[in-house]
Amino acid sequence: MAIYLTKESKVLVQGMTGGEGMKHTRRMLAAGTDVVGGVNPRKAGRSVDFDDRAVPVFGSVREGVEATGADVSVVFVPPAFAKAAVVEAADAGIGLAVVITEGIPVHDSVAFTTYARAKGTRIVGPNCPGLITPGQSNAGIIPADITKSGRVGLVSKSGTLTYQLMYELRDIGFSTCVGIGGDPVVGTTHIDCLAAFEDDPDTELIVLIGEIGGDAEERAAAYVRDHVTKPVIGYIAGFTAPEGKTMGHAGAIVSGSSGTARAKKEALEAAGVQVGDTPTETARLVLARLEAARDVTHG
Amino acid sequence: MDLFEYQARELFEEHGIPVPRAEITDSSKEAREIARGLGGRVVVKAQVKTGGRGKAGGVKLAADPAATELTARQILGMDIKGHTVRKVMLAQPVDIDSEFYVSYVLDRAAGRFLAIASAQGGMDIEEVAATRPDAVARIHIDPAVGVTSAKATEIAEAAGLPPQTVDTLVRLWGVLVREDAVLVEVNPLVRTAQGQILALDGKVTLDDNARFRQARWGDQEVAHDDPLEAAAAAKGLNYVKLDGEVGIIGNGAGLVMSTLDVVAGCGARPANFLDIGGGASAQIMADGLSVILSDPAVKSVFVNVFGGITACDAVADGIVRALDTVQLTKPLVVRLDGNNAVRGRTILDDRAHPLVQQATTMDGAARRAAQLANAG
Repeated sequence: MAIYLTKESKVLVQGMTGGEGMKHTRRMLAAGTDVVGGVNPRKAGRSVDFDDRAVPVFGSVREGVEATGADVSVVFVPPAFAKAAVVEAADAGIGLAVVITEGIPVHDSVAFTTYARAKGTRIVGPNCPGLITPGQSNAGIIPADITKSGRVGLVSKSGTLTYQLMYELRDIGFSTCVGIGGDPVVGTTHIDCLAAFEDDPDTELIVLIGEIGGDAEERAAAYVRDHVTKPVIGYIAGFTAPEGKTMGHAGAIVSGSSGTARAKKEALEAAGVQVGDTPTETARLVLARLEAARDVTHG
Repeated sequence: MDLFEYQARELFEEHGIPVPRAEITDSSKEAREIARGLGGRVVVKAQVKTGGRGKAGGVKLAADPAATELTARQILGMDIKGHTVRKVMLAQPVDIDSEFYVSYVLDRAAGRFLAIASAQGGMDIEEVAATRPDAVARIHIDPAVGVTSAKATEIAEAAGLPPQTVDTLVRLWGVLVREDAVLVEVNPLVRTAQGQILALDGKVTLDDNARFRQARWGDQEVAHDDPLEAAAAAKGLNYVKLDGEVGIIGNGAGLVMSTLDVVAGCGARPANFLDIGGGASAQIMADGLSVILSDPAVKSVFVNVFGGITACDAVADGIVRALDTVQLTKPLVVRLDGNNAVRGRTILDDRAHPLVQQATTMDGAARRAAQLANAG
């Protein structure tokens, strides 16, 4: 089953004919994603050959949806056009829009996440690697060949930490991995993913990766305490980050005493979440927890 | 990017928000002339991008032009929490009747902007919120509608502000939206003894992501107090200077933050944050290494790359070619994992540089880099 994305998902790529769009559409297809079309008004009516598959280009998201039944869109368009692209996807009835674009002005993100919510469109991102349901579908830029299908769900603000954990746990495998993005305003939160993983019969354990800035992890901790019955293993990055400095991600900043890694770790631990000190130790905690569950089952 | 108070004041003025008469200068001699033009008596305010300047002696009332020159000389060059005062603002003093607080801030959790207003202005708003939460109004703004007169009236009434502030609340929203700010704050917004509303002090933080459509700030590069940060920024590197001895290079903000933590956990202090992102080209690697090696505190360097989209052999190639242009003066520990890791490690082994060593795990590499730093 997985969450948000399955092999049934029909994917449009907004900005497919650009450099990044071409590169990653090829990778998505190779990972088994059903990419049904690209969107570019200036190249409508043509198609693009990706190895053994010709992908049609539509003039608008609506045309693409009408022609193919697409329900997912992956957005690669530049920051200046991202808001219009997401609004277009929401207006066309796309259920899930994955916004990879980095560097979108926050006023635009506030506007399109609010708009999409009202239209019933889920946004993942912006400034995110997207999401993958290994063996089924890959919507975004997550490398598909470093892990396999399994029963761990993962939600993370960071792309490379997601890859690191996917790789460390490659023998266990994942139901779905969601990179929610490192911007201050994102469409899908840790809590949304926790709720979806809790309801997903294919997910046995949840990995939650956070970093400095904001209080999303503290909120997620409260949600785990009150609503999640499955085991959750956490990891937080940024203990050594100085106050007032943006650490790579636009949202990764400690302001005064708020947004610190320590506060997030403590909140998670208080909610019963084991938190690893390093990515590798986090992977070990996952393995130990899964083995303990097996022992109980087969005991 | 945070603006200086005088820049915030200029923006407010452009948007029709009443502000006191004021001028800016970096010379105490000129300060005397300005004071004369402003009527003699002025407030001399240090321009620094940090709070608490009043307590640090960075805001003083000067009785006449001669006193202004003296005060400006004292304040110019002063260090306030690590920020050097390069300019002072001279403002006409105001006869204050009451002080208010108003701001629009990004509420990350709600994904919306939040109006925060209070009739208890002039103090630290977090303190007011903690001790008297009922004295602080917090109202979310619908991005599709913005702050209309009706919304501004709602905010003013909830906070107990006088009706004359409604116009300022509407205009302040205009500053936020049209300037692509992520924070605008007026503290205090005052009512003078004559009944006039004035924005006495302001803070504006602009969205760096919006620079492409805010041309006026394009030529104003973010001022880096640290020379290494300035050098890195000039090369387009995502670098933050820290106070340690292990130089760090990695790919992806999360992984680099994590690398700093793991090194700290091994008993050494990271010297910097440097995210080279997806493109680990020879040029970026060489630029990164040269900035890090020019930091005299650095005793060892740790390159931590996980090959997801980037393949490790390409990263190894980049390192090898960077070693042709950069004189390596400190030991370099490299951890390559993920796609094509074995091929990448072979490339580095074949190069056989005496100062380069490899480790197969992130934790192991961090331990090694920390040992080398503590030994050097």
